[in-house]
Amino acid sequence: MADTIILEVARFSPERDSQIGYQTFEVPLRSDWMVLDALNYIKDNIDGSLTFRWSCRMGICGSCGMMVNGVPKLTCETLIAQFAPGPVRIEPLEHFPVVKDLVIDMDVFLEKLQKVRPWIVRKDDRLPAREFLQTPAQLEAFHQYSLCINCMLCYAACPVFGLDQDFVGPAALALAERYNLDSRDQGAPERTDVLSQHDGIWDCTVVGECSTVCPKGVDPSLAIQQYKLTATKEWFKTWLLPWGNK
Amino acid sequence: MPQYRQFQYKAYQPVMSPYWYFDRWPYLKFMLREMSSIFVGWFAVVILLQLNALVSGPTAYANFQHWMATPPVFIVNILSFVFICFHAITWFMLVPRVVARQVLQRPSPDVLSAAPNFGIWLVASVVVALFALRVI
Ligand code: SF4
Ligand code: FES
Repeated sequence: MADTIILEVARFSPERDSQIGYQTFEVPLRSDWMVLDALNYIKDNIDGSLTFRWSCRMGICGSCGMMVNGVPKLTCETLIAQFAPGPVRIEPLEHFPVVKDLVIDMDVFLEKLQKVRPWIVRKDDRLPAREFLQTPAQLEAFHQYSLCINCMLCYAACPVFGLDQDFVGPAALALAERYNLDSRDQGAPERTDVLSQHDGIWDCTVVGECSTVCPKGVDPSLAIQQYKLTATKEWFKTWLLPWGNK
Repeated sequence: MPQYRQFQYKAYQPVMSPYWYFDRWPYLKFMLREMSSIFVGWFAVVILLQLNALVSGPTAYANFQHWMATPPVFIVNILSFVFICFHAITWFMLVPRVVARQVLQRPSPDVLSAAPNFGIWLVASVVVALFALRVI
């Protein structure tokens, strides 16, 4: 194995540039280094102005997502050695506005997230006298979707979102389904307006890459198709039995 | 959004290439899957033409068979067959995306929920082949 590897890193300065450019850096190639370690090496030893987000370094905070050789990855859990002999291209997550270098503007995602009301909605706002009980089977129904860390890799992998920024998108839809399937939640009817519209589930053409790139096995594509089935059943109910959806 | 804008940063807005589906194989596979519907449509037209020829008498049917054997139609049919197989396989493999939890209630291996479709496809193909070969 060679001692070093070349990184082609996307650079963008909002004061200076109108386009993204690329800068190459030669970094040590160590078998235990993640891509994030290589970026931190550049920042600490070569160019302190290189800007990128990270925090936990263990795949929990979801802040270090970047395109690594064209594929959305959490850089803190992507070994750099697998790309030897290189070069490795590191770019900001696709489809998002770029603030600086590898940092994206995530407002568009946060707005979508808020729209689907990703919290437990109760008809009665008063605090219950005791905690809600839940069986293991009820937990199992939504558990997979609750593993989302909001890393936005699924958005970067979704060409539908790239082409139509109004699409609610994989993670927000999966999180909506997470609460819809939660036995404690009563907010499903309120979420329907956002989910069951053209920019919601019906915009999804089942490319499926959101589920492939998800580092937490959330499977947003499954959540969306599952909700399509629910929405269709609900639609038939209201259409055939006007009183059936009450 | 803040009202103050004079020194607010100007983000770079990425533009998606019109040829984005050439970027990675999964995207190209998706496009081929969608485009293969054209070939599904073509076979539907062929079946309608065949039925029309069948009810129009032996001469019409012989003409239809002759037309089917012409090189351009033969090539289109071979191509259609390949794409229809691709269409069926890729859609069958998507069945787990819907069925896994709705029917089986819990996540199961993709192949398990796709398997019945492949099974039915195989049985239907064998029955059709037996008819075509006049075994039954
Ligand atoms: S669904 Fe997966 S890829 Fe998408 S934001 Fe959540 S953890 Fe990240
Ligand atoms: S640094 Fe937190 S997920 Fe990578």
